[in-house]
Amino acid sequence: MLLAEQLHHSFGAVRALDGISFSVRPGQTLAIFGPNGAGKTTLLKVLAGLIRPQKGRAHVEGGRRAIGWIGHQAQLYNQLTVRENLRFWASLYDVVPPPELLARLGLEEHADRPVRALSRGLVQRVAIARALVHDPAVLLLDEPFTGLDRTAAETLGRLLAQHADAGGGRATVLVTHNVEEGTGLATDVAFMRAGRFVHFGPRAGRGAQQVSEEYRNAIA
Amino acid sequence: MRLPEPLRHTWAVASKDLLIEFRSRTAIISAAMFVVLVLLVFTFARDPTAVAAIDLAPSILWVTLTFAAVLALNRAFQLELENQALDGLLLAPIGRSSIYLGKLIANLLFVGTVELIGVPLLALFFNISVWPYAAPLALVIVLATVGFVSVGTLFSAMTVRTRVSELLLAVLVLPFMIPPLMWAARATGPLLAGRPLSDITGWLKMLAAYDIVFVGLALLLFPATVNE
Repeated sequence: MLLAEQLHHSFGAVRALDGISFSVRPGQTLAIFGPNGAGKTTLLKVLAGLIRPQKGRAHVEGGRRAIGWIGHQAQLYNQLTVRENLRFWASLYDVVPPPELLARLGLEEHADRPVRALSRGLVQRVAIARALVHDPAVLLLDEPFTGLDRTAAETLGRLLAQHADAGGGRATVLVTHNVEEGTGLATDVAFMRAGRFVHFGPRAGRGAQQVSEEYRNAIA
Repeated sequence: MRLPEPLRHTWAVASKDLLIEFRSRTAIISAAMFVVLVLLVFTFARDPTAVAAIDLAPSILWVTLTFAAVLALNRAFQLELENQALDGLLLAPIGRSSIYLGKLIANLLFVGTVELIGVPLLALFFNISVWPYAAPLALVIVLATVGFVSVGTLFSAMTVRTRVSELLLAVLVLPFMIPPLMWAARATGPLLAGRPLSDITGWLKMLAAYDIVFVGLALLLFPATVNE
């Protein structure tokens, strides 16, 4: 469903990706943990096709139409209402927003409010609705918990888990430095440092504390 | 009847930009105020005994409209930086040309609105008649506007991620605006003096050629300006 082969990319002298290869199957949720500057966002942008790698290739089955993106920036227009935003993004994928989407995300009562009038937690929910509006097969998440309080982060985690479970054929790649919040969603975990994976494998039932410890040891 | 996919995407981008501008009205009000103030300054500053209004009006009209357009063009991609919506556009399965054309259409309608305010004000302040020549004058305005807005939209995309985007846009785009600005002023003068359309066909052809070349070039270059 998603394949990365020998990805290399540098910004000047800084190596952001240094020979990364992996694949993600349907139903898999891969959480990639790494410190700031490890190359996580660059990797996600390469997978999304926003950056062309200098070497190697990334392939997502279904192309751009199959990708949903949630970042720490909401990719929404503040002056437009929630409904107008969703209608606009859906139109780019030649679909109409699913009627149940707003209800599923608890946004029905906010549908006609401009995004600028919403709290950070609500904005992030709208960002999720935007990313899911075309029912993507692959969800790419870039630090989605940034700026969220605990309740909002838990809600986001629950929504993402629902999406991963729905239909059984979806794949998710999540990059974050927040091991605690990312682990709960993951079926597989990878640790990234200086553009390389220093660990990649199934989570195998390990809890956040154990993964966090392994992460600290691997990154140190 | 459903429009072909690229046209649907183009219109989606354009209508979204226009809706945002309709909601905020900040850029259109700023540009319109700029036009009113510049025309007022020229009205009071000029010596009516030295140069006839009819000789001065074309240059003043085009200088005013050009600077108002530069003010307006800067906002085209600024609103895409808010919440990094530009990444969402680039990620969507739409052609880069649809993004450019959508922005171009929105900018044309936006600058056209400013021109609709500016031309009658020029006629009023300079006491010149434009209504008998409204149709050919509109043709000159449309051809010139397409030219400099097409270049301005491209440069707006190019400069938006820089720290001094407003200044940089003006510095980069103004040299490219000189030819259509000059030809439009040359075409407007004879029109306002009551000369027939056949007297300015040469300028009109130059403006049309500029439009074709620069819209084509902008379509070719735009993907490289927005890709990381």
